[in-house]
Amino acid sequence: MAFISSGYNPAKPMENRITDIGPRKYDQFYPPVIAKNKGKWLYHEYLQPGVLVHVAESGDEVYTVRCGGARLMSTSHILEICDIADKYCGGHLRFTTRNNIEFMVDDKSKVQPLLDDLAGRKFDGGSFKFPVGGTGAGVSNIVHTQGWIHCHTPATDASGPVKSVMDEVFADFQSHRMPAHVRVSLACCLNMCGAVHCSDIAILGYHRKPPMLDHEYLDKMCEIPLAIAACPTAAIKPAKVEVNGAKLNSVAVNNERCMFCGNCYTMCPSMPLADTEGDGIVIMAGGKVSNRISAPKFSKVVVAFIPNEAPRWPKTAATIKNMIETYASDARKYERLGDWAERIGWERFFEKCKLDFTHHLIDDFRDPAYYTWRQTSQFKF
Amino acid sequence: MAKHETPMLDQLESGPWPSFVSDLKQQAAKRAKNVEGIEFQVPQDAVDDLLGVLELSYKHGRTHWKHGGIVGVFGYGGGVIGRYCDQPKLFPGVAHFHTMRINQPAGKFYKTEYLREICKLWDFRGSGITNMHGSTGDIIFLGTTTPQLEEIFFELTHNMDQDLGGSGSNLRTPADCVGQARCEYACYDTQDICYDLTQEYQDELHRPAFPYKFKFKFDGCPNCCVASIARSDLSFIGTWKDDIKIDQSAVQAYIGGELPPNAGAHSGRDWGKFDIQKEVIDLCPTECMAMDGKTLKIDNRECTRCMHCINVMPRALRIGDERGVSILAGAKAPILDGAQMGTLIIPFIEAEAPYTKIKEEVIEPLWDWWMEEGKNRERMGELMKRQGLQRVIEVLGVEPDPRMVQEPRSNPYIFWKEDEVEGGWERDVNEFRKHHLR
Repeated sequence: MAFISSGYNPAKPMENRITDIGPRKYDQFYPPVIAKNKGKWLYHEYLQPGVLVHVAESGDEVYTVRCGGARLMSTSHILEICDIADKYCGGHLRFTTRNNIEFMVDDKSKVQPLLDDLAGRKFDGGSFKFPVGGTGAGVSNIVHTQGWIHCHTPATDASGPVKSVMDEVFADFQSHRMPAHVRVSLACCLNMCGAVHCSDIAILGYHRKPPMLDHEYLDKMCEIPLAIAACPTAAIKPAKVEVNGAKLNSVAVNNERCMFCGNCYTMCPSMPLADTEGDGIVIMAGGKVSNRISAPKFSKVVVAFIPNEAPRWPKTAATIKNMIETYASDARKYERLGDWAERIGWERFFEKCKLDFTHHLIDDFRDPAYYTWRQTSQFKF
Repeated sequence: MAKHETPMLDQLESGPWPSFVSDLKQQAAKRAKNVEGIEFQVPQDAVDDLLGVLELSYKHGRTHWKHGGIVGVFGYGGGVIGRYCDQPKLFPGVAHFHTMRINQPAGKFYKTEYLREICKLWDFRGSGITNMHGSTGDIIFLGTTTPQLEEIFFELTHNMDQDLGGSGSNLRTPADCVGQARCEYACYDTQDICYDLTQEYQDELHRPAFPYKFKFKFDGCPNCCVASIARSDLSFIGTWKDDIKIDQSAVQAYIGGELPPNAGAHSGRDWGKFDIQKEVIDLCPTECMAMDGKTLKIDNRECTRCMHCINVMPRALRIGDERGVSILAGAKAPILDGAQMGTLIIPFIEAEAPYTKIKEEVIEPLWDWWMEEGKNRERMGELMKRQGLQRVIEVLGVEPDPRMVQEPRSNPYIFWKEDEVEGGWERDVNEFRKHHLR
């Protein structure tokens, strides 16, 4: 493995340096039918789950075949996507915000051969490489974060729970039988790189044990004032400790005030939270980002904790499946999960979904908590 | 033959959904074989060791990645995230396994020749494992070593005309929806403004000068497919001021069942015959629609542009022509003070290149204020909460507008300013006492 230089000269980093050029410009990559009809689209239609047609004023059509993708993707897989796009799509493709792959063709006759090809591609382990779906009133691909594959603060894995849940709801990735679309998201800690807080169903990794204190190293590894300032509940204070006879500067944590956010650990690596039994999953439900009919809203915590059951997170998957089935059987057409829960009342939601309501689900975090308590005599028995 | 036994991960190969484990395994096998004779610049067995360390995490229920590590490319303060394994002896192939964020093209359209170049570089100088894409929008390269960072950056910028994305207390890589490229709902060119602002603010994107991260996201319409309203410090949502355009014959075609409601999005179940009253008119949040005989009437002045009727009847109803964006500020995920949704600060502004007004009258004044007054790791939304919406209005120099609030305040504790009160606050207590004895 000999080092091969790109041409970069470490002795003169500024020599011939190119910076601040930004991304490639979007229009270099448009398929011809997109470049020609941009801004002049008339309407679209879902021909079947995962297949869309958009029709332009010019009469041109673009057919899109949407496939689910694991966002964790190897170059082998990307190169296979390129082979498909070269064969059927003139070397063009796009990805969606929800990690789907979209193959576009400009004629209806090109759709079926593409679908047939995609359906036949499987990994050695047996799973589909390119399942077609993720459109309309179904369950779309789960957007998610890194988890144990690459992150230092996760309270659960990301790719594993996502695979497990998508296997469970796979039929609804490929159908349009839901009352409205169902957006599921996963964030592996409450930093929420994935911003799952406005999803129909959110899977959230959560720690339940306060940080351990690595006193011997803490003052060497961390800026103590930053660690103290990082705590949103002011649970951390400076402390002098004695380790092996040496007096050391460190911190003390008021465990009762800890909300397990891990913000201290982000500032100070000597305060790890991760724990096999302590860590697990919170399920939230009823959020949305669309302004359609009702305003965007946050997801609410409906299950306070499910342990990490690697490798397939059966309870998490089953809980979500059950919630989706209950919603599908009870909600009205066009009604998002959160709108349904609000219409029937959250007391009914817990009853119908057979979920326990525990004290953990009552908000006690700062002022907004008060506004979530019931302040009317109207409720359902 | 796999380097590590992965009995737990192996269980994630079954089932229909694409298995990331199978994908990692095919990549590990490809690197082991190395048919193309690539002179790998990071360990050839990096992906084997990635599977190994992930299996260990599955066994322990805890991550094995160490905290942080300050690495980057010269002159940039973002785009690279240091990552080290906490079991480097067991998994030397991923002992150093840094992330690089590669700024994706707006709209995430690609040509295969570009992706092939990217893959070639990443197989050569990294693990070959990516995210397509990260949550913010970048192409993510997962796993390379420190000496490769400058080499990758050099090749990206010199050979691919491609720059890194943002991380840390920077402007994060802006992201957008598919927009006018392939959507009839888009009220402005999301890709163009996304690209334009990305280019304009390259310095902010690469060099941390902010109290914390800052995100722009661009949604072409109020359906909000990139979720800008929930997760961007400045959310741009396409909207229009004039009338929804109606094709009455297409309305009849929906009523008659010739056209599928919601473009066929509900095709998987028999919901009965389409009922325009029940499915559109009665669900309109402002009750601004009605059938007058065979004519659909919309009282456009009362419409709040929720998109429901247009979504249900895309061939009969089209967005208006007087188009622009609403700008909402301050959305963020829960860390630290709880989640915040974007707050409407600019109800309507035109979004035409070169976007001068948006830059000079909205973005830059807000940044100046936030950089001046924001605390370390305080998102702009948190500063807004701390100092109030009034302060934002002051910073922007706009008029208060009832559109900016859901309702007026229900407490009367108004912080009057001295110059708002006749005669000011300086008074003579002795003069007062002449009329009011002690």
